[in-house]
Amino acid sequence: MNSELFEGKNIRFGAFDPERDAEAFSKWTHDTEYMRSIQFEPARPLSPFQIKKQLEEWQKEEHEKLFFFVIRTRTDDRAIGEARIYWVQWNHGTAMGQLGIGSPDDRDKGYDGEALDMLLQYVFEEMNLHHFAINTVENNTARQQLLECHGFQCEVRRRQAIFRDGRYWDGLIYGILVEEWSARRSGLHE
Amino acid sequence: MSKSLLTGRLVRLVAVEPDQRGELDAKWSRDSEYLQLLNFDVAVPRGTKQSQEWTRRRLEKPSPDHYPFMIQRLEDDQIIGETGLADTLNPHGDCWFYIGIGERAMWGRGYGSDATRVILRFAFQELNMHRVSLGVFEYNARAKHSYEKVGFVEEGRQRAVLHRNGRRWDGFVMGILRDEWEKHQHEE
Repeated sequence: MNSELFEGKNIRFGAFDPERDAEAFSKWTHDTEYMRSIQFEPARPLSPFQIKKQLEEWQKEEHEKLFFFVIRTRTDDRAIGEARIYWVQWNHGTAMGQLGIGSPDDRDKGYDGEALDMLLQYVFEEMNLHHFAINTVENNTARQQLLECHGFQCEVRRRQAIFRDGRYWDGLIYGILVEEWSARRSGLHE
Repeated sequence: MSKSLLTGRLVRLVAVEPDQRGELDAKWSRDSEYLQLLNFDVAVPRGTKQSQEWTRRRLEKPSPDHYPFMIQRLEDDQIIGETGLADTLNPHGDCWFYIGIGERAMWGRGYGSDATRVILRFAFQELNMHRVSLGVFEYNARAKHSYEKVGFVEEGRQRAVLHRNGRRWDGFVMGILRDEWEKHQHEE
């Protein structure tokens, strides 16, 4: 039994530490491409002060509906991104999630795939969910590939739901069921 | 510009009054089937005062991205349900529509479809939306049919996202685009 939910091979999931992390999170909000990859709301730069406030609000308002992890490198414990689980419907065993690697130097190192593996293990083995969904946009092909590689299926194509760079793009909702995840995992381990 | 934006053939959409809504919600929420058709929440009956206070809190600090209405029957001014648009404030021109006809005796008589047509007009002509989205459950064929009738298109199916009455069910997502809605106006 692998119960090490928060420790991956190269990364770990940790709590948000205002003193250590606000600076890094603030820096990422200045990267509009990154912000667009993790939210539909308009990208806007936030100061470390605003980041702290926002995280405080999230922590008190939706403590049982929102799970928020800082992704850190195991070598130097540096914050490199975030993973979250939100809109948790306990009675149905369903939730939505999102993740991103904030600092450009840490992208293309496979950290996002590792974080997604950890997120899936967490929602299916700790939260005992049945279905897990992640939103993305038609033009984010990297994200679509990542999700498909991890066993997600595109379940919903919301036509022209996102307007960016002068045109409309479809909003995609990907989903994965617990049995698909466990079948894949036992397949990978054989 | 002659006819009222919020009046349809059978119903009109009116403002939410907390005391009145609380009374009706207390009555409607005794019907667990109604609650299960409405949303993902655990079905629980709500008391009049509890519901009035909840409604008052929501209206005291009105959220700029939510437009709630009560549905009133034209023939006798009876309030038969509620509807609204949520998440309207975004740069993409998209929002989420919801509706519930709390009065069971009014089901299947066209009031819901009429209210849906009215709120679509509000979404496209007043809020200038580009599209309107909705979620509907697999076990709610009546609602899905009504949405198709007024022009919503099925855009996907989230597999097994509901667990109710001992089994799992899919959830549909539907949408209607501005140009589809405009075309639908001419056809009707």
